[in-house]
Amino acid sequence: MEPEQPSTDTEQESLHEEAHLPPPSLWPIGFAIGIVVVLVGLIIDPLLISSIGAAIAIVFGILWARDATRELRAEPITVEPERRETVEVEETTTADQQGLADAPVTRSVFLEGATLGLGAVIGGLIVVPVAGFAALPSFLGQTVHKVDLGPIANFPLGKWFITTFISDPAEGEVSRQTAFVRNNGPVANPQKPSEQVPSFTIISNHCVHLGCPVQANGPTGLKYTGTASFKEHTANGPVEFESVIPAGYGCPCHGGQYDPEGNRIAGPPVRALNRFSFEVVHGRLILGAPYSVSHVVNTGAQAQIYKYKEANAGNHVDGPEQWFYPLQPPQNQ
Amino acid sequence: MTTPYRRKPTKAEVRRQKMEELIVYPFDWLEERSGLVGGVRYFLFRNVPADINWMQTLGSAALTAFLVQAITGVILAMYYVPSADIDPHTGQPVAWESIVNITDHLTMGWLVRGMHKWGASVFIILMFLHMGRVFLFGAYKYPRELNWIIGVLILVSGMMEGFTGYLLPWDQTAYWATVVGINLNGTAPFLGPWLAQFLRGGQVVSGYTLTRFYSLHMLLIPGAIIGLITLHLYLVIRLGVTSPPWSKDAAGGEPEAEEAPKLRPGLTRPVPRPSGASAMQAEPGGRE
Repeated sequence: MEPEQPSTDTEQESLHEEAHLPPPSLWPIGFAIGIVVVLVGLIIDPLLISSIGAAIAIVFGILWARDATRELRAEPITVEPERRETVEVEETTTADQQGLADAPVTRSVFLEGATLGLGAVIGGLIVVPVAGFAALPSFLGQTVHKVDLGPIANFPLGKWFITTFISDPAEGEVSRQTAFVRNNGPVANPQKPSEQVPSFTIISNHCVHLGCPVQANGPTGLKYTGTASFKEHTANGPVEFESVIPAGYGCPCHGGQYDPEGNRIAGPPVRALNRFSFEVVHGRLILGAPYSVSHVVNTGAQAQIYKYKEANAGNHVDGPEQWFYPLQPPQNQ
Repeated sequence: MTTPYRRKPTKAEVRRQKMEELIVYPFDWLEERSGLVGGVRYFLFRNVPADINWMQTLGSAALTAFLVQAITGVILAMYYVPSADIDPHTGQPVAWESIVNITDHLTMGWLVRGMHKWGASVFIILMFLHMGRVFLFGAYKYPRELNWIIGVLILVSGMMEGFTGYLLPWDQTAYWATVVGINLNGTAPFLGPWLAQFLRGGQVVSGYTLTRFYSLHMLLIPGAIIGLITLHLYLVIRLGVTSPPWSKDAAGGEPEAEEAPKLRPGLTRPVPRPSGASAMQAEPGGRE
């Protein structure tokens, strides 16, 4: 088939209106690969790999230079002849045309796709770590801050103390928290009835309506309670214990009221006050992770506490409303 | 060079003409290379309906309030320190101390902080008044629905600015208002607790909350508001300004032949406009 022979397919002809240029040279790519090898070699093995890279770069550089200066050196430029398949008219079915229209990816289409694709890859490489850094530290690595509240011998039996402590010494004053602590005395270990274990009631002062600090309703201090307030200095820094006789707890923000065991008795709160888990290590009271409570039956050592995983303030943990809060974010890992 | 004078211009007149050329020169230079002068004129000297009234300045007023917030905010950021650490010398949090420093010690700090603090309320109030005007004039109707939506996004962003800015003084009010505000978000069904923990930057309000709110308050949300305002203004220019509901045009009546050019010339003088833009302005759908 002669290149000069005009095609009978006019549609096909319109695709090839622009003049044919020499095909793009591959030498610059080889040259770039050589440079990359040199740079990689600088890190890995400057002597060996960089030398190989330099050789590649030089060879391809020369070829590239030869190619680029061919016109100047008056060498004829080999132009690929305009080649076109002559197609018999009866053969050009619609299926063939479909195939011809799809088959050639033109340069502009390729560049458009490459720009969008590379742009998406680069965008993803930037957005994914940045978005992760914005969101994930709030959820991962949230640890329990164990708080040393001092020897349990400090706590007279059945007396309440407004206990103020720094939950995370690394964070400092901003992590100051308050809990209401009462020593319930030793009780029988549920697992081993012959053994006696200490029992404490430790109620968080964060209102479970929207998180304001609830106050103990009742007299405080030695004069009115008959129990001395005291201070302790532990690994967590200064801890203050103010004696109190609470008739319950009240929230100053929106009027939520709780009984001394933390059960909601009035106002907008949706459950009972949170409590802290605790352990006694070498005779010292150590606060652990807080947990949520729907309600408490009985008091003191006899209390039956309906425990739940710690939930955000305002979130129901029981009843039909709990279905609105099926999954709490990771906490206290 | 042709001169309008028959007599020879006096020295003073020549000097004056040279001065004028000198003043115009940089604008001509800029216009030739960028078209910016024409663009600004196109933006500022638009034709508006003849029967608009003062209530239609509320949008510009809200924009001005935002600019005041942006400028005073940039200056406040030069002196404010978003740190929850305790200053060992005074026993006070660093962020709160820097606010005290701005208010009580730095020259004119009280004024700029006051502008920012009270201007915040002014911005929100003006946005609501503007919204009320748009609602009562029916200016949200076709083809301006999209601009209403963008306006609502600006309003929400403005309130987020209020919420995040409120924490920055880092006093008891700021702290507990933020605790309550975040927990309010936390009561939203399903994702509420996750949103709350994201906003706090952890399980409790802490120094992380302060720095994150500072970043949101001075970088992310203002950037979003600037982008939204740009879109908002683009649509205002593209679609034109509505007539008030009592306007004859607004009632759908054909303007009489004599008063066909009902569009008032620009604020100070007539400005030639590209034909495409004036066609847009005269489009019946564009004027309700």
